Amino acid sequence: MSMKSGSLGRYIAMRVALAIPMIFVLLTLVFVMLRVAPGDPISASSGGAKMSQEKIDELRAAAGYDRPLIVQYGDYLADVVRFDFGTSVSTNQQVSDVILEKGGATVTLATGGLVFALLLGIPVGLLAGRFRDSAFDVFARLFGIITYAAPVFVVGLLAQQLFATKLGWFPLEGETDPLIANDIPATTHILILDAIWVNDWEVVWNVLWHLILPAATLGLLIVGVFIRMVRVNLIQTLRGDYVEAARARGIRERDVVVKHGFRNALVPVITVIGLQVALLLGGSVLTEKTFNWPGLGKQLIEFLNSRDYVAVQGLVTFIALVVVVISMLIDIINALIDPRVRY
Amino acid sequence: MTTANGTDSTTRTGSGTSRDTTAPVLAARDLRVWYGSERGPVAAVDGVTFDVRPGETLGLVGESGCGKSTLGRGVLGLLPPGAAVDGEVRFAGKNLVDLSARQLQQLRGPELGLIFQEPMTRLNPLMRVSEHFEEALRTHNGDLTKDEIRTRALDALRGMGIPASRYESFPHEFSGGMRQRIMIALALVLRPAFVVADEPTTALDVLVEAQIIQILADLRRNFDTALVLITHNLGIVAEACDRVAVMYAGHIVEQGDAREVFANPQHPYTQALMRSTISLSTTGLHYIPGSPPDLAHPPAGCRFHPRCPKAMKVCAQEAPPEVLLPNGTRNTCWLPVPDMTTADGRRPLEVEEISVADEA
Repeated sequence: MSMKSGSLGRYIAMRVALAIPMIFVLLTLVFVMLRVAPGDPISASSGGAKMSQEKIDELRAAAGYDRPLIVQYGDYLADVVRFDFGTSVSTNQQVSDVILEKGGATVTLATGGLVFALLLGIPVGLLAGRFRDSAFDVFARLFGIITYAAPVFVVGLLAQQLFATKLGWFPLEGETDPLIANDIPATTHILILDAIWVNDWEVVWNVLWHLILPAATLGLLIVGVFIRMVRVNLIQTLRGDYVEAARARGIRERDVVVKHGFRNALVPVITVIGLQVALLLGGSVLTEKTFNWPGLGKQLIEFLNSRDYVAVQGLVTFIALVVVVISMLIDIINALIDPRVRY
Repeated sequence: MTTANGTDSTTRTGSGTSRDTTAPVLAARDLRVWYGSERGPVAAVDGVTFDVRPGETLGLVGESGCGKSTLGRGVLGLLPPGAAVDGEVRFAGKNLVDLSARQLQQLRGPELGLIFQEPMTRLNPLMRVSEHFEEALRTHNGDLTKDEIRTRALDALRGMGIPASRYESFPHEFSGGMRQRIMIALALVLRPAFVVADEPTTALDVLVEAQIIQILADLRRNFDTALVLITHNLGIVAEACDRVAVMYAGHIVEQGDAREVFANPQHPYTQALMRSTISLSTTGLHYIPGSPPDLAHPPAGCRFHPRCPKAMKVCAQEAPPEVLLPNGTRNTCWLPVPDMTTADGRRPLEVEEISVADEA
């Protein structure tokens, strides 16, 4: 047992060490991409007002844009290491404050989308794989392709039209009804958790009610991946050697499918969740915009529209770090569940 | 000389003699298994008849693709969907072919066991060895307590040389030979009366192979288990089997006492198979020209005639009868029954015909 936990510790240490070069490459890409993006952040951030060249130069110097790229790059890396993501040119806010303020809504939406995708994708994928080539299977595969291919804003607008405007089952947009959550103190900066913290269940239900349509829209983006993945895994697993061996021992078919089939077919899903986090965060930018959800994605679009490249760089850097950290955590969870990964 | 359809009381040489008097554990009569394929039905097992008695080991030999594994799985009802079974497999007063999937499932484990060729992938990688035993014992013996399960599982494992300290380990922590011994322990913990071992040593090295063969030999001595040992290693058959059945293209072409068959092979296919075996005294390599026939379109008459060095005209026209030879072996061939054929039929098959059939 001690040997086993030792090798798990070694695995985690190695996985963390591997994340460092990955982060470095990511940061470099973010930096380079925002340097080659068109438009001058300083003159753009003035909102179109004509400025004299001296004024522009002065602002550029203040923002540090007049220094050699390599120096800027070094500064950028040094700032990120200290979790300093810069200061917005357009709103003068610290990007880290923006993250703190808006991040909670994005976490709520992304979690909602992931939960929706898992709740729908796993059962549908398992049933499709179990009853392969049945009408249900064909429908499930088609559903997975269509929802994956459909753009988020199209699905979102259709959902708003049908369920909010026409049927009136769900609110059209926002995270809560207006003003309702104003007196909830920001403990975790995740509104729904803060509301639970102060036992304000009216707000909790209000957020959940607002969450359903955007979470479903975001979840549909990735549910197809889960359906297809689970289905293929189950088909392969049920054809596998140890499943045949279990049948040869006279294990009940139900147990063969559930204990030997489902469990093994679901192991790779955890890895897929890790791979989907990037897609989930990307999709949440569009979903937040569509549903006017007050999260990082909506904020990112606003910064982009005002050419606030400093803030964009800060936010993109943060999102990239989140993706790296989550995929690392997923790998470690995987190692805890599947003993073979550790070796 | 009689055809061996009726009852026979022929005395047999060798160790099989006393066993003939006990009733067979499992008796297959005219067993057929088809697979559906794009080219039409493929008769992988085509009218096979054999008996296995308590404590007896029947070796099933033949080239790859002759239906050995299908036969073993067909008996246990473990065929893939799309396969059809016909004929009779008598076991404990029941015809296994007629049983429902649920009834067969309940028999597999406590009555019928199967040991596989490839031990590396046969254990669920997410389940500890202990969980495999708990699952099997609980399924077939619901009222066992956790302690009883543990005791029985550890007994079975100890019998295979797996120490109790490894009970909670995961499959990937064992070597191939150990995994095969765990698989055997898992198959035997419920004491099945009849076990099919499908090439149980093919994936293992020779030392482990000897160990596994020894375990199987102990098994029938100690528990009177009837064993069908599928292999293409004739050495194993000679060492471990009481009787042997030689399969070719879905048929059993020769079966009888293992020593008798090997000392004095009667069927041309058995002779060719024996000649092809490599041993220390081998000076040249022999092989059987051609390859086993396409079972969707098997050749007419005797299925071996296109490759048979002794083929006669009649062999290409009519399927040979199964006859009981004086030495006690059953043989499906025209050669030992000249009085059943015409003089014309006994003329050697034209060489061109052989080569043409070979091409096909």
